[in-house]
Amino acid sequence: MIDAAWLLIAIPLLGAAVLLLAGRRSNAWGHWLGVATSGASFVVAALVLVALLGRDASDRVVDVNLFDWIDAGPLTVEAGLRIDPLSLTFVLLVTFVGTLIHVYSVAYMEHDADRRRFFAYLNLFVAAMLLLVLADSYLLLFVGWEGVGLASYLLIGFWNHVPANATAAKKAFIVNRVADVGMIVALMLMFNTFGALDFSTVLTEAPGISDEGTLTAIALMLLVAACGKSAQFPLQSWLGDAMAGPTPVSALIHAATMVTAGVYLVVRSGPIFTGAPDALLVTAIIGAITLLFGAIVGCAKDDIKKALAASTMSQIGYMMLAAGLGPIGYAFAIFHLITHGFFKAGMFLGAGSVMHGMDDDVNMRHYGALSKFMKITWVTFGLGWLAILGIPPFSGFWSKDKIIESAFAAGEGHGWQPWVFGMVALVGAGITAFYMSRLFFMTFYGDKRWTKDLSDGSELPVRHPHESPALMTWPMIILAVGSAGLGGVLAIGGGFTTWLEPVTGHVAHHDPVLPIPVIVVTTIVLVLIGAFLAWRQYAASAVPLTPPHGTPLTRAARVDLYQDAVNENLFMRPGQYLTRSLVYLDKRVVDGAFMGLAGMLALIGAGVKRMQNGFVRSYAAMMLAGFLVLVVVVLFVWN
Amino acid sequence: MIAQAAQTAAAAGTFVAPEVAWFALTPLIIVISAGVLGVLVESFVPAAHRRTVQVVMTMVALAAAFAVIVWQGVTWLGEGGPGGVVVFGGVLQLDGVALLFQGTIVLMAFFALAVVVDRTAVKQDAFTPSAASIPGSEHEELARRLGLVQTEVYPLLMFAVGGMMIFPAAGDLLTMFIALEVLSLPLYVLSGMARRRRLLSQEASFKYFVLGAFASAVFLFGAALLYGYSGSVRFDAIGRISGAVAQGGAPENWELLWLVGILMVISGLLFKVGAVPFQAWTPDVYQGAPTPITGFMAACTKVAAFGALLRLIYTGGFSGSIDMLEAVKVALWVVAIATMIVGTVVGATQTDIKRMLGYSSIAHAGFVLVGILSFNNAGIKAVIFYLLAYSLATIGAFAVITLVRETGPGGEVLGEATHLGQWAGLGRRSPWLATCFSIFLLSFAGIPLTAGFIAKFTAFSAAVEGSPLLGSGTVLAVIGVLASAVAVFFYIRVIVIMFFMPPTETVTEVVEVAEVPAEVLVGGEQIAMNPAQTSVVVATGAPAVVVVRSEGLSAATISIMAAGVLLLGIVPAPVLDLIARVTDVG
Repeated sequence: MIDAAWLLIAIPLLGAAVLLLAGRRSNAWGHWLGVATSGASFVVAALVLVALLGRDASDRVVDVNLFDWIDAGPLTVEAGLRIDPLSLTFVLLVTFVGTLIHVYSVAYMEHDADRRRFFAYLNLFVAAMLLLVLADSYLLLFVGWEGVGLASYLLIGFWNHVPANATAAKKAFIVNRVADVGMIVALMLMFNTFGALDFSTVLTEAPGISDEGTLTAIALMLLVAACGKSAQFPLQSWLGDAMAGPTPVSALIHAATMVTAGVYLVVRSGPIFTGAPDALLVTAIIGAITLLFGAIVGCAKDDIKKALAASTMSQIGYMMLAAGLGPIGYAFAIFHLITHGFFKAGMFLGAGSVMHGMDDDVNMRHYGALSKFMKITWVTFGLGWLAILGIPPFSGFWSKDKIIESAFAAGEGHGWQPWVFGMVALVGAGITAFYMSRLFFMTFYGDKRWTKDLSDGSELPVRHPHESPALMTWPMIILAVGSAGLGGVLAIGGGFTTWLEPVTGHVAHHDPVLPIPVIVVTTIVLVLIGAFLAWRQYAASAVPLTPPHGTPLTRAARVDLYQDAVNENLFMRPGQYLTRSLVYLDKRVVDGAFMGLAGMLALIGAGVKRMQNGFVRSYAAMMLAGFLVLVVVVLFVWN
Repeated sequence: MIAQAAQTAAAAGTFVAPEVAWFALTPLIIVISAGVLGVLVESFVPAAHRRTVQVVMTMVALAAAFAVIVWQGVTWLGEGGPGGVVVFGGVLQLDGVALLFQGTIVLMAFFALAVVVDRTAVKQDAFTPSAASIPGSEHEELARRLGLVQTEVYPLLMFAVGGMMIFPAAGDLLTMFIALEVLSLPLYVLSGMARRRRLLSQEASFKYFVLGAFASAVFLFGAALLYGYSGSVRFDAIGRISGAVAQGGAPENWELLWLVGILMVISGLLFKVGAVPFQAWTPDVYQGAPTPITGFMAACTKVAAFGALLRLIYTGGFSGSIDMLEAVKVALWVVAIATMIVGTVVGATQTDIKRMLGYSSIAHAGFVLVGILSFNNAGIKAVIFYLLAYSLATIGAFAVITLVRETGPGGEVLGEATHLGQWAGLGRRSPWLATCFSIFLLSFAGIPLTAGFIAKFTAFSAAVEGSPLLGSGTVLAVIGVLASAVAVFFYIRVIVIMFFMPPTETVTEVVEVAEVPAEVLVGGEQIAMNPAQTSVVVATGAPAVVVVRSEGLSAATISIMAAGVLLLGIVPAPVLDLIARVTDVG
C-alpha cells in the first residue's frame, strides 16, 4: 500500500484537472467530485497508516521513488515520496479536515456561480499540500510549497470582483515571495554544502557538518521561508488580509494546514536546526514574539475572522516556540499543530455558520445572544473555545500545556531562557483566554445587537439568524468532537510523541525551572482570570455598537500594531522610489540607446530598400558591382 | 580507378562497359523517371485523369526515393565502412553528406508537393489554367471557364528535384553546372504560373530567368577559368593542381586564375542561395511566384545550393596555398556579414508577408554561411541541421500563407491576403493556423524550444569553435546573434498582429507612416507597439480576409512541420547524432 502513496497526490490533482478542464459542463456535479477526490485521498491515507503501523517503529521511514526528475551534471534529484510518521500525520490531518471542509463548502458555496471553480482550487490545494508534506527532497517540497502558495492566492482572491480581495491575494502572494527567496537561498546553500537536496542525504549528513556557521545560515534561511508561509513575525502582515477569502478557505488553508507548513519545515529540518543552536534560539524568539503579537492584536479586532486569524498567528507562534526549543519541542509543536488544526478549523467553520445566518456580516459588535438561535454552532464553537483556552480535558490543554512546560525548560533549564520563554508562553495563555472568550461572548451571549439603531441614526438591516443546513453542521460537529477528545486520546501514555520518534528522535527531558504542577495550576488560573475578565466586559455588560476610543495599545492593536505602516515606510516607499528611478533610467538611457539604434537600422533599411526598385537592369548592375567588390577584396587580401 | 580501367581497356582496344553503381543512383533514377513519365502522361492520358495520375505518380516517386535513401543510409551505417560511392569515375560523389542532402531535399519536396497538390475548399490550385494565355485575355477567361488545369507542374517539379539531388553530389564543375540548370529552368517556368496576379508572377519569372542566366554565365566563366588553371573540371584534380602550384614552379600570378575562377563559381552558387550582393531577385520572385512554389523554392533550392557550396568548398576544389584560401575566406566573410545585415534590416521594413519571408530567407542564408565559414566538421553538421530546421519552418509558413485569402465584394475567395495588416486578428479567427504560423516564426527567430534555436546555436558555436577571441569566427557569431535579435522584431511583430490586434474587416489603402513611431494605427485605433515600428498600416474599406479550408494535405503538412519544428527544438539529439554518424561515415 505504501508504494501506492502517489495516489494521495494524484487523486485530488486529477480532480482539479477535471474540474478546470471540463469547465461549465461539470457545474452540476463538480462539487461532489471535489468531495469524492478529497475523501478518496483520506481513504488511501488511512490504508497507508495501517500499512505503516504494521511495521516496526524503527522501520517506519519509507522513501518511495517515483521517477528520476532532474539529472543536471552534479545535481541529481529523484522525485520521490517520504512516508514516515511526520508526513503521514500531516496527510491524515489535511485529508480528514480537508474532506470535512469540502463537504461544508458544498452548502456554504451553494449560491456561488463559481462553486465548481472553488472546488477545483480546493482540490489543487489538497494535492499541493500533500506534495509539500510527502516530498522526499527539498526541491520537490518547494514545488508543493509554491503549489499551496498558488492555491492560497487563487482562493484569497476568489471573489476578486471586489478590488480589496484581489489586493489581499496579491499581498499574500508578495509576502510569500519574500519568504521564497529564503527557501531558494537555503536550497543553494544545501546544494553547495551537501551536493544534494534529498532528505536522506541532507538530514543524514547535517549532524556531521563541522562548520556550524553553514548550518546556521541554512537554518535561518529555512526560517525565513517558514516565517512567510506561517505568518510569523516579521512576515505576518498577510494573514489578516487573507481572510478576504471564503470562510472554508480560511478554515482549511489559513488555519488548519497551509499556514502550519512553516512549522513542518522546521521540524522536518530538525537535524539542521539541532546543529545550529543560534538558529534554534532565533526560531524560539520569533515564536515568542509572534505569540504575544497575535494575542494582542486578537484582543482588539471586531471582525470575527480577523480575530480568529490573529489567534491562528498566535497559536502558530506557540508551535514555532516549541520547535525552537529543539528536539524536546519538535513533537509538541506537531502535537499542538494537530489539535489546533481541529479546533481552529472547527471555530472557523462556526464563524462561517454565524456569517451564513447573519447575512455575511463579520462585525462581532453586530452579533450577540446567538446561542439561542444557532444551537449547534454555539455548542461546537464552545467546544473549540474550551479547547483553545486549554481547559482540561479538552484537546488544547494537552498540547499547549506541554509547550508551556517545555518553554520553562528551555536552554536546558539554565540562564534566562526558561524564564523568558516560559513567562511569555504563560502570559500568552492568559491573553488567549481573554480574546477568545471576548469573541465567544460577544457572538453568542449578551443582548441582541443586530436589531439596534446605529449611532448615526441608520438602522441595522433586519436579520433572521438561523442554524445552518446539515451539510454545514455535521463537519462542525465532527471537528468539535475532535476538539474535545483528540488531544486526550493522543496524549495517552505519550502515544503521539512516541509515534513521531522515528522522525524527531528520542530525547531525555530536562526538568522545568518550576515544578510541573505549579505550571499547570498557574496556567489554568490565568486562563480563568482572562475568561472572567472577558465575561464581565462582553457578556455581563453591554457591548457598544461602535468601538470605543480605547487605550493607545488598543488602537495600535486594531491596526495590527502598525505592521502595515512599518512595511510601507520601510520597504514599499523606498522600493517605489527605486523602481521609479529605474523606470526613468530605462526610459532615458536604455530606451534612448535602443530607439537610436532602431532608428539607425530603419534608415539603413529604407536606404537599401530604395535599391530594390524592381528593375532587372539595376539588379544585374548590383550583382556586377557586388562581384567586383568581392574581386577587389580577394585581390587585396591575397597581396 | 574506374577511369584507369577504362583507359587501359581503351589502350587494349577492347570496350569494357563501365561499372555503374545502380543502387546508389536509384533515388535519382526514380525521381527523374517520374519526371519523364510525367511528360508522357501529359501526352497520352486523357485530360480528366491527368491530374490524378500525376499527383499519385509524383508523390509515390518522392516517397519511394526517400525510402531508398533511408535504405542506403541504413545499409551504409550498418556496414560501418565508408558509405561513399563514386559514380562514373567521380562525376557524382554519393557519400554520407550527399545522402543527407538528398534525403532532406526529397523529404521537403514531398511536403512542398503536398501543398502544391492541395486545391483548398475553393477547388482551385495555385496555378493558372493556361500559362500560355495573356493575362486578362479572352483565352485566359475561356481556360478558366473550362476549368483547365496545367498538370505540367508535376513533371517540372520532378525535374527540379532531380537537379537539386545532383547538385550537392556533383563531383565536377560541369555536372554541377548541369544540375544547376536542370533545377533552375523548371523553377523559372513554375514561378510564372500563378493563378492570380499573373503579371506580377510573369515579371518575377522573367526577372528570375534573366538574373539566373547572368549568374549561370558567371558560374560557367569561372568554371572555364578553373579549367584553364588546372586542365580539369574535377574538384579533386583542381585541388591537386592547387597543391602543386603552392609548391612553386607555376608561372607568375598563376593563382589569379584560381582566385577569380573560384570566386565566380562561388558567386554563381551564392546567387542560388540568395546571398548579398546576389540577393536582389529573392523578394521579387518570392512574392510573384505561386506560393506553394515559393515554399518549395525557398526550402529545397536553398538546401541544394548550400549542399553544392559545401561540396565545392570542402572537397578539394578549395585547396591551395594558405594565402589564396584566406583571400577567398575573407570574401565569403564579407558576404556572410552583409547577407545577415541586409536580410534582417530590410526585412524589418517589409509590409508584405511573402516579401518579408523572402528577406528572412536572405538572412538565413547569412546564418548558414556562418556555419560554412567555420571550416570544420562541426560546421558541416551545423549547416545540415540548420537547413533541415529552416526548410521545415519555411514549407510550413508558406503553406499557411496559401490558406489566408482575400474575398471579393460578392464573398468569392480571391488570392492570398499577403499584406501584413490583413493578418490582424488571425489568431482569433483561426487559432490553430495562427499558432502554427507563430511556431514557424519563432523558429525563424531562433527562440528556444524550436528547431531554429538549436540550428542557430550549433551554427554559431561551430563558428566560435576554433576561432580565437575576436577572431573572424567569433565576430561572425556576434554579428549573427545581433542580427537574430533584430530579426526577432519582425517575426514577433507578425505574432502581435495576428493575436493582439482586432481583425480588420477591409483593407484598401495601405499607407506607410514612418513618422509615427511606437504606435500602429488599425482602423483608426492607436495601438502601442514596439518602438522600432517602421511601417504602419492604415486600413479603410475593401476586401475582407478569410481562411479557406484545406483539402487536408496542406493542413497535414502544416501540422507535421509545426510538430517537426517543436520536436527538433525539444529533442534535437537524435537528429544531431544521426547527422554526426552519417557525415563521419561519409
